[in-house]
Amino acid sequence: MPFGYASPEQIMRDKADYARKGIARGRSVVVLQYVDGILFVAPNPSRALHKISEIYDRIGFAAVGRYNEFEELRLGGIRYADINGYTYDRSDVTGRGLANLYASNLGRIFTESIKSLEVEVVVAEVGETKDGDAIYRLTFDGSVFDEHGFAAMGGQAEAVATRLKERYRESMSLADALEVALTALTEPGGERPPVGQLEVAVLDRNREHRKFLRLTGARLERLLAQTSAPSAPSTPSAPAAPSASGDTPPPTAPDGDVDDGSSPL
Amino acid sequence: MASHRDLPVGLVNQLFLNTGSSSFTEFVGSYAPELLPQRDEVLATPISDQVPHATTIVAATFAGGVVMAGDRRATSGNIISQRDVEKVFRTDDYSCMGIAGTASTGIEFARLFRVELEHYEKLEGRTMSVAGKANRLATMIRGNLAMAMQGLVVVPLFSAYDPDKDEGRIFSYDVAGGPYERERFDAIGSGSIFARGSLKKLYRDGASADDMAMTLIQALYDAADDDSATGGPDVTRKIWPIVSVIDADGFRRLTEEQVSAYVEQMLEARLISPDGPIAPLR
Repeated sequence: MPFGYASPEQIMRDKADYARKGIARGRSVVVLQYVDGILFVAPNPSRALHKISEIYDRIGFAAVGRYNEFEELRLGGIRYADINGYTYDRSDVTGRGLANLYASNLGRIFTESIKSLEVEVVVAEVGETKDGDAIYRLTFDGSVFDEHGFAAMGGQAEAVATRLKERYRESMSLADALEVALTALTEPGGERPPVGQLEVAVLDRNREHRKFLRLTGARLERLLAQTSAPSAPSTPSAPAAPSASGDTPPPTAPDGDVDDGSSPL
Repeated sequence: MASHRDLPVGLVNQLFLNTGSSSFTEFVGSYAPELLPQRDEVLATPISDQVPHATTIVAATFAGGVVMAGDRRATSGNIISQRDVEKVFRTDDYSCMGIAGTASTGIEFARLFRVELEHYEKLEGRTMSVAGKANRLATMIRGNLAMAMQGLVVVPLFSAYDPDKDEGRIFSYDVAGGPYERERFDAIGSGSIFARGSLKKLYRDGASADDMAMTLIQALYDAADDDSATGGPDVTRKIWPIVSVIDADGFRRLTEEQVSAYVEQMLEARLISPDGPIAPLR
């Protein structure tokens, strides 16, 4: 550093602010549990550049932020998973291991590089039963959050997470879960993204071998028709979710100081 | 040679994030070459009679797909080393491979090949073409040539559903690689000459998947009839051949009940005519 002096705190804060601003510019991605597994929903006008991806048999990946940065994380994750599955056994590849790899990478880059990655990532793993499901949300500084039921990230993540929390129930059908996700992703009174601009995928525990399945075209349209048609009973969800400030989900990027040590693992 | 376990953590992460080609095999080759099947050390003496060998695999196309079947016997020299070995492997949603020759090398190939196909699919976001899959397998076989010369020969049979043509395709290989695309049907392994003769007579163009599964079971029976290294259906232990079907709906392995029903039907007919169905003379 040729000129002047900035305290480490200041440098870290600046990097965090920079990353947080970059992430907030994009659109949100929602990940939530449904009765047969985990659903990923992202408004995404591109058909080829994915925000959601398969990593391994039971593990899926979703990201927001700079495409080239999270694409590198995605490729690295697939290499990690494939080499471990091939070295040991396919069942030895876990979402937790992948989350730790990402956390160490993100944390190292955050502290050692001039610019931190402007990404936020979800690693989700589907289990044999719903209790075995895991959703890990990782922020740009390497913090890991073990989410229960659902996670939201990206632009307006807090508002999306609040709407998600109000409507989310355990063991929803796939159509209901998609409805909840789309409601959460849409601003009140706003217009929902058209089918062609939605990226939707599931980790379905009932599938054989590889659980990840992208829902596109006619299959997605059928599912959306199910949600918007007569599903009146799905909307009056339990009103028992007052958005009390005490138990709102953790903010998508830790506010203020970089790592406040509160909820990250 | 430095193993990946000796590398400092930072370097490992660098390697994971270093984007290169979409081939898993190439990645392992640069990252942990000791994990790859091909090795260059030369054995003092060929050990082919001491390790289990897999025997007969048959495959045939039907209208809109392909069926592959394998017997269950592994032999070491003149000893039956395993009665219920599996030698037909699902390699991705639309392909499978059967192995004949050294069982251990074959199983390793099948495992690596599956990761290779999935790795490409995940990285590229599209499925590899059928010709691409067949070529990748050929490269792996070629890499094993040195070991094959030492007696660790493995020869696969590869089948896939081709969505562009809406049909099943079959590729076979020799020890130096391949691939050789086969029309209609093919067989590999020690019983393959007998199986191929049987298939030649029983194959029908445009048959259903069910009929083709039955045809392959007949062919395996004929191979076991004449080749001591090929196992027939084990009625007392209820060990049946493995039969896999691939069509537009993807890969599925027939259940034990389905296969046993075919086998029982066949055995009943063979009690009356031991040489099996007779093809019309004109």
